[in-house]
Amino acid sequence: MLLRSSNIYLGATALLIMVLGGLFLYSTWTVQSSRPVFARNAALAGQLELTDLCLFTEASYTRHLSLTDLSTPFQDLPMSLEHFPSGSLVGPPPHLVRTYGKSD
Amino acid sequence: MANLIERQRYILDYTVSALLRRKGKNSSLLLVYTLIVFVLSSVIFFTHALKKEAELVLKDGPEIVVQRTMTGRNQPVPLAWAESIRKISGVMAVRPRLWGYVYDTLLKANFTLMVPAENQPEQGSIDVGSGVARAYGASTGDMIAFAGHDGEHRIFTVRNIIDSESQLLTSDLVLLSELDYRDFSGIAAGQASDLVLRVRNPKEYSTVAKKITRMYPDSRPIVRTEIQRTYDAVFSWRSGLIVLIFSASALAFVIFAWDKASGLSAEERREIGILKAVGWETSDVMLMKFWEGVAVSLTAFLAGTVLAYAHVFFASSALFMPVLKGWSTLYPSFRLTPFVDFGQVATLFLFSVVPYTITTVIPAWRAATIDPDAVMR
Repeated sequence: MLLRSSNIYLGATALLIMVLGGLFLYSTWTVQSSRPVFARNAALAGQLELTDLCLFTEASYTRHLSLTDLSTPFQDLPMSLEHFPSGSLVGPPPHLVRTYGKSD
Repeated sequence: MANLIERQRYILDYTVSALLRRKGKNSSLLLVYTLIVFVLSSVIFFTHALKKEAELVLKDGPEIVVQRTMTGRNQPVPLAWAESIRKISGVMAVRPRLWGYVYDTLLKANFTLMVPAENQPEQGSIDVGSGVARAYGASTGDMIAFAGHDGEHRIFTVRNIIDSESQLLTSDLVLLSELDYRDFSGIAAGQASDLVLRVRNPKEYSTVAKKITRMYPDSRPIVRTEIQRTYDAVFSWRSGLIVLIFSASALAFVIFAWDKASGLSAEERREIGILKAVGWETSDVMLMKFWEGVAVSLTAFLAGTVLAYAHVFFASSALFMPVLKGWSTLYPSFRLTPFVDFGQVATLFLFSVVPYTITTVIPAWRAATIDPDAVMR
């Protein structure tokens, strides 16, 4: 049988859809099977009274994002600009902006 | 029905052949398009998975943290505060917390020192996160030295390495006893780093926080809902660098679509003219252009999304790592759990496939409604 161009396209698209569908099914399965790990980690966070994820260890105000304040990024001297790369990757937490932002 | 399907198949046959005739142009188009979808999907997958992970693991964290500031700087909290705050109605318990940071000049790495509430290591020993163990190449029983507040090194024996499955929380942690922490940091006996409160009713968080601020104007209470909202906000699409990535991708897509919408090339117009001259209807031409738009955009969407999924969840976001690591020496080598927000994927589908298909059809409709003779000339 002569292979039609539309068959090639439809076959490739069907394959991609199946791969994507398979990945989404894998997601659902992985999330379900990871529940005990999350429960253990949540218990550990509770036990150690942790407030933040350990994502950026380069500066205190990005290591503990929820506890940060507006002056720490500029602590070197009053005119010092915030210079750690992760500081520009994430924005300030909402409660900080709400509490101090207007008078900033 | 069979005829209708066969007609679509014939038009699709022609469309694919026409796309393959301009292989160079169309494959570079597909590549750029796939790249845009890949970047956007990677950001969406990464930020959503991180937000979900934070939401799940930080749900049992402290209910209220009370810090003290002096002209914007964090200061140790006097332990006397704990006594008076405990008297506020609704507050069940107040625990002074001892924690801080230590910088290792040799490794050029920051660690978080912390005194756990329960199961404190005995004096002279520490529990370390897997990142700390990796940085020092240490295992249980090994010794690690840190320079204290007076410049003198304190040597600690590693009692335990915290399980690596929790490294997204504990990678840089060094847990030690209260006596060791006080000796190491030089914090006075009547002081703590901050206070952690247990409150009976979550609805009372803000009332308790207000009472504390009234009682101690230099205090800074942070409630659990604020802690939980932090990761939702700092990784939202409007924050920091993410908005830049989004703007760059959106701009690239607009240029892309604009180029398409602004008109057809002379070659494409001639092709439409010939098709009309050999008997194609305007609707056939538009159908052909519709399939062309779908073929490019759907393939780009599917390929970009599959690649982004593999990048974020199988390759640990390798391309984002240089940006995420920044100057951090210590970085958790975590693999995110694949939480996927199907709503976001559907939105990406709508914004990537639909506009491109429309911008492919409209100029073709304009060309197809003109007399074939005029188009070919």
